[in-house]
Amino acid sequence: MSATPRSGEGALAGVVRAGELPARAGVRLWSAAGRVLLGWRTILFLLILLSAWELYVDLGGADPLILPPPHQIAQALYEDRSLLWSNFLVTAREIAFGILVAAAAGLALALSLHLSRTLRRAVYPLLVASQTVPIVLVAPLLVLWLGFGFLPKLIVIAIVCFFPIVVTTLDALAAVDPDLLKLMRTFDASRARTFRHVELPAALPGLFTGMKIAVVFAPIGAVFAEEAGSNSGLGYIFEQAIPQLLTARAYAAVFILAVFAISLFALLTLAERLLLPWAYEPRGERPL
Amino acid sequence: MEAPPQEHGAPENGVRIQSVDRVYRTRHGTVAALASMSLDAAPGEIVAVVGPSGCGKSTLLELICDLQRPDAGTVRADPAALMPQRDLLLPWLDATDNAALALRACGMGREQAREAAQPWLERFGLGGFERSRPAELSGGMRQRVAFLRTLLAGKPVLALDEPFASLDALTRLEMQGWLGSLLAREPRTVVLVTHDVEEAVVLADRVVVMSPRPGRTVAELEVALGRPRHRTDSTVIALRERALEALGISR
Repeated sequence: MSATPRSGEGALAGVVRAGELPARAGVRLWSAAGRVLLGWRTILFLLILLSAWELYVDLGGADPLILPPPHQIAQALYEDRSLLWSNFLVTAREIAFGILVAAAAGLALALSLHLSRTLRRAVYPLLVASQTVPIVLVAPLLVLWLGFGFLPKLIVIAIVCFFPIVVTTLDALAAVDPDLLKLMRTFDASRARTFRHVELPAALPGLFTGMKIAVVFAPIGAVFAEEAGSNSGLGYIFEQAIPQLLTARAYAAVFILAVFAISLFALLTLAERLLLPWAYEPRGERPL
Repeated sequence: MEAPPQEHGAPENGVRIQSVDRVYRTRHGTVAALASMSLDAAPGEIVAVVGPSGCGKSTLLELICDLQRPDAGTVRADPAALMPQRDLLLPWLDATDNAALALRACGMGREQAREAAQPWLERFGLGGFERSRPAELSGGMRQRVAFLRTLLAGKPVLALDEPFASLDALTRLEMQGWLGSLLAREPRTVVLVTHDVEEAVVLADRVVVMSPRPGRTVAELEVALGRPRHRTDSTVIALRERALEALGISR
C-alpha cells in the first residue's frame, strides 16, 4: 500500500529487458517474415496442387496449349530467364513506385476526408463509384494521353491500389476512441495536436493493411496497363506470348508476378513489425 | 433550448453545480440523465459520488470538465482534467510519453515533457518501467500512468471516473491506499465517481449519493475521519451502511 514498487516488478523488469536483445528480436522478425513467405505447410500444399495439375494435363484433361503443365512452365522459366528477368525489372519498378504513390495519395486523401465532414460527404461516394469503372477502359485512355512510357503504368497501378488504402486508413482513423478525443480536450489540446499525437499514429496500421491489400492488386493493374500499350514488361510478354502459342511463357510471367506479390507482402509485414511493433502486442495486460 | 453559459471562474473556486438538468435526445425519445442535480466541492476537498449504474455520474464529470453544457442550471468549476474509466493509454507510446501526453498536448517539446514526467514516474512506483509500452505493464501500473497523465495536466480539479473499476479486487485495494496517500501529499479538488461505497468512504471527505436516472442527490454524508482510514473502523462501516441504505440496498 505504498508508492514504492513491489520487488517482484523490479525483478521482472530485468527479465523483460533480457528478452528484448536486438539480435534475438531480429531473428524473430525475419522468421516471422519467412513464415509469411514460405512455411513447410505452404510448400506441402503447393506440391500437392502442382502434382494434381501435372497429372490432370498429362492424362489429357486439357490441351497443353491452353493449360501448360507445371514442368513446361518451369522449362519456360529457365529457357526464357534473361527475357523474363529484364522485363520483370520494368514491371517491378512500375509496381513498386505505383504502390508508393498510392500510399502517399491514399494517406493524404484519407486524412483530408477524416478531417473534413463536407469533403467526406462530397467525395467518398464518388470515390466508391470510381472503383466500378473497369481499369481496361481507363488504361488505353492514359496511354493515348501520356504515351507508351512509365507514367501511364504508374498511374494505372496507383489508381488500382489507392482505394483499399483510403478505406482501411479512414476506418483506422474512425476507430479512434471518442473518449480519447474527450480526454485530449480536457488537456486543452488543439485539433492539430490531437491529430498529431492521437489520430495520425492510430491511422498507420490502417495504412499498412491497405498497402498489403494493394500489393495483390498492383500486378493486375500493371498487366492491364502494359497490355494497353507498351514494348516491355511482363504484361507485354504475356500479351505477345499468347498469340504465338507460347502459353508456358505466359504462365511463367504470371508465376513471376505472383512470387513478386508474395515477396512484397512479406516485406510490408516485416516493415510493419519493425515500425509499428505496438500494433502486434497483445491487447490485454501482462500477468505481472 | 438555449444552453446557459458555463463559466470557469478564477482558480480555487472548486466546483459548484446548481440545479442542473441534462437531457439526451435519442432515436427513442428523450432520456433525462440529470434532474435538479447539485454538487459542491470546496477547493482541496475530495468528494465521492456514488450511485446506481446509469444515474448520470459520467455526465456529471463531463459537465465539470466542460465537455458538455447543462440544459438548465449552472456549472462553475475550476479547470478540470479527466481520468477516464478505461486507462486509454496510447499503445505506441512508452510510460513516460503517455504520462507526459497532457504536456505535449499544450505544445511542450518531447524531451522537455519527458524530463518533467521522469521524477513523477519514480514517485508513482513506475521506476524501471519508464520505457515500457502499456502492453508491458500490469493493470495497476497502467492505471497509475493514466492517473499521472491526468495529474500532470496541472488542473486544479481532478475528475476521476471509476478509476479502479477495471482492476481486480486485490489491485483495487492497493490502488485505493495508494491514491489516498498521494492525495494527502498532493492536495487537489477531486470529484471521484465510483460504484464502490467502501472506496468512497475510505477516500473522500464527503460522499454524495445519487438516485437512479434521472440522477439527483438523495443523501450527503460527511466523513469526519482522519487519514489513513481503515475499512474495519466502526465509523467507516457505519457510513458505508448509511450510504447503502440511501441507495436503497438494505441488508
